Amino acid sequence: MSLSGVLHRRPGFRLGLLLTPPMLWLGVAYLGALAALFITSLWGQNSFTGQVERTWTLDNFRTLLTEGVYRTITLRTIGVAALVTVVDAVLAIPIALFMAKVASRRWQPVLVVAVLTPLWASYLVKAYAWRGMLSENGLVSWLGAPFGLSSPGYGLPAVVLTLAYLWLPFMILPIFAGLERLPDSLLEASADLGATAQQTLRSVVLPMVFPALVAGSLFTFSLSLGDYITVRIVGGASQMLGTVVYDNVGVANNLPFAAAMATVPVVIMLVYLALVRRTGALDNL
Amino acid sequence: MKRRTTSRMRIATLSTVLAVALVGCGTTDSGDSGGDAAAGDSAEAGSFTPPDIPMKEELGDGEGELSILAWPYYAEDGSNDPNADWVTPFEKETGCQTDIKVFSTSDEAFNLMKTGAYDVVSASGDASLRLIASGEVAPVNTDLIDNYTDVYDFLKDRDWNSVNGQSYGVPHGYGANLLMWRTDEVKPAPTSWSSVFEADSPYQGKVTAYDSPIYIADAALYLMNTKPELGIENPYALDEDQLAAAVEVLKTQRQNVGEYWGDFLKHIQSFTTGNSVIGTTWQANVNALDADKVPVEAILPDEGSTGWSDTWMVSSKSEHTNCAYLWLNHIISPEGNAAVAEYFGESPANAKSCDLTADKNFCETYHAGDASYADKIWYWTTPIETCLDGRTDVKCTDYGDWTQAWTEVKG
Repeated sequence: MSLSGVLHRRPGFRLGLLLTPPMLWLGVAYLGALAALFITSLWGQNSFTGQVERTWTLDNFRTLLTEGVYRTITLRTIGVAALVTVVDAVLAIPIALFMAKVASRRWQPVLVVAVLTPLWASYLVKAYAWRGMLSENGLVSWLGAPFGLSSPGYGLPAVVLTLAYLWLPFMILPIFAGLERLPDSLLEASADLGATAQQTLRSVVLPMVFPALVAGSLFTFSLSLGDYITVRIVGGASQMLGTVVYDNVGVANNLPFAAAMATVPVVIMLVYLALVRRTGALDNL
Repeated sequence: MKRRTTSRMRIATLSTVLAVALVGCGTTDSGDSGGDAAAGDSAEAGSFTPPDIPMKEELGDGEGELSILAWPYYAEDGSNDPNADWVTPFEKETGCQTDIKVFSTSDEAFNLMKTGAYDVVSASGDASLRLIASGEVAPVNTDLIDNYTDVYDFLKDRDWNSVNGQSYGVPHGYGANLLMWRTDEVKPAPTSWSSVFEADSPYQGKVTAYDSPIYIADAALYLMNTKPELGIENPYALDEDQLAAAVEVLKTQRQNVGEYWGDFLKHIQSFTTGNSVIGTTWQANVNALDADKVPVEAILPDEGSTGWSDTWMVSSKSEHTNCAYLWLNHIISPEGNAAVAEYFGESPANAKSCDLTADKNFCETYHAGDASYADKIWYWTTPIETCLDGRTDVKCTDYGDWTQAWTEVKG
């Protein structure tokens, strides 16, 4: 009996063969890794030799909840992620609107490519470029000097600025796709019924692109939540969730605590997804 | 309605899968957890007694192979820079073919040594004791290393390379953390560490500090001089109250810090642009800034400073111990030690290497062999529960506590 014969006669087997690799990937690489993370966070560590001690304990989570500094860091990270999302949304909506509804057919692909070009450069290069621009006598202070402004220096404002720059394409593209699906006839109808441009934007465009906006915010919010490289490069002395995880892996060699810390953004994202689901935005993606 | 049911079923399946995974882990892992926990207890119990590992008694012929775990620039074979090569001569002379792995933090080195895949390692003081305590490295018989006699005496038999008089490696080189400032911005010139620790610094937002828990020792050293009533004898042996006092100092400093530095290139850039104007640094960074004509000056303040002194150690699992000993002998030979110290930018450990450096003033710049300069340096040492200053009535804080405290300082 040849292999192709078996495959031909048993569609179930064929389907199984086709689906097994991706399901394994999802199950082992994604969910398995999450499970391993969670299990590790319930282990302890020998404080001297740094060896992981595989005895169940809730100590890591106790430290996480009782030490004020971790609460501060969590709130700060959520604040930064939210701010980055808002900045990106404010910037992305007009750009996407122009790309989808104003620009001619011929220019549209050019604009899409233009939005994507920053993604061709390495993340690190861009973060270091911002470090240079935000430095004491860098481009930002030079531009601001005539207006009496100076560079914000390294710190949280610099982090928000850099992250907003880095993740902007991830916000523009979903909104652009959402606007593309919005029929022009709706805008015309709105105008015919006497609505001003602002009214149309508020009561026709925004409700229609809301799911796309939410999709974009999922990217910008979650990417900012876990970032640690940008924070280390332009964040000055500030700490975020990512840097605490990094320090516990790299410096302190305390994997269980790093794992406990890493569950925080996972929980935040689950809550965020649950909220998004309630709005029904996920069904429209 | 249908939608609801399927999604609920999906969740049920998912949680079953997760539950099975969890249970699986629990049972298999609790099996060997007993062994791990026991090993941990013995390391913690009482005073610090390293595991009993036999020391090499006599030197045989090289095994032809050697696996080296080194800090960057510590084992160069000319492949990165054709002018930096002290590994090839070693290979030719001994017939030991080397395999070099570079690590970037003490913790990475510690984790890699646990795999047992490396024969020798260049360990800094914040890793060496941990390596000894967990039995990863073997005692070193210094009688088998000819060049050991030429090593500066003040580097031998110290807290970070020996336990109870037994040596665990050979000193490689050392350097001090210096106080550096921009001469055009900082006036008058500072003379003491208080200029980076005091509350009302005129350089708010432009102070920099080293980004590692080990920097707590710098604050402890400052307290040793300014608050003798705290009774700090050794900045690496702090009980809970002393650690809390050091953390207070660092929290005050935090108000003035613009940036903590871990990456020396970022550090150099910050001083070049003026984002940092005063703070702790290394001699190699000062030289780099001088070369770029940045107006900086650096001193070792009279009250002393923290610093590092690195040690080459031999893995307890090594199967190439003859080659390992030959390497230890080579790296502290006058030629080898001069090459590596000059390439990295630190004081050599071998007194004779000063005659062999390319820059004849090198040893003077780095104060090599100047015992009074070296005495002002408190070398990085892993803080452990057993107080390093000999106190037995209290428990000291360990590196884990320091890491937590460091997170708290940065806030």
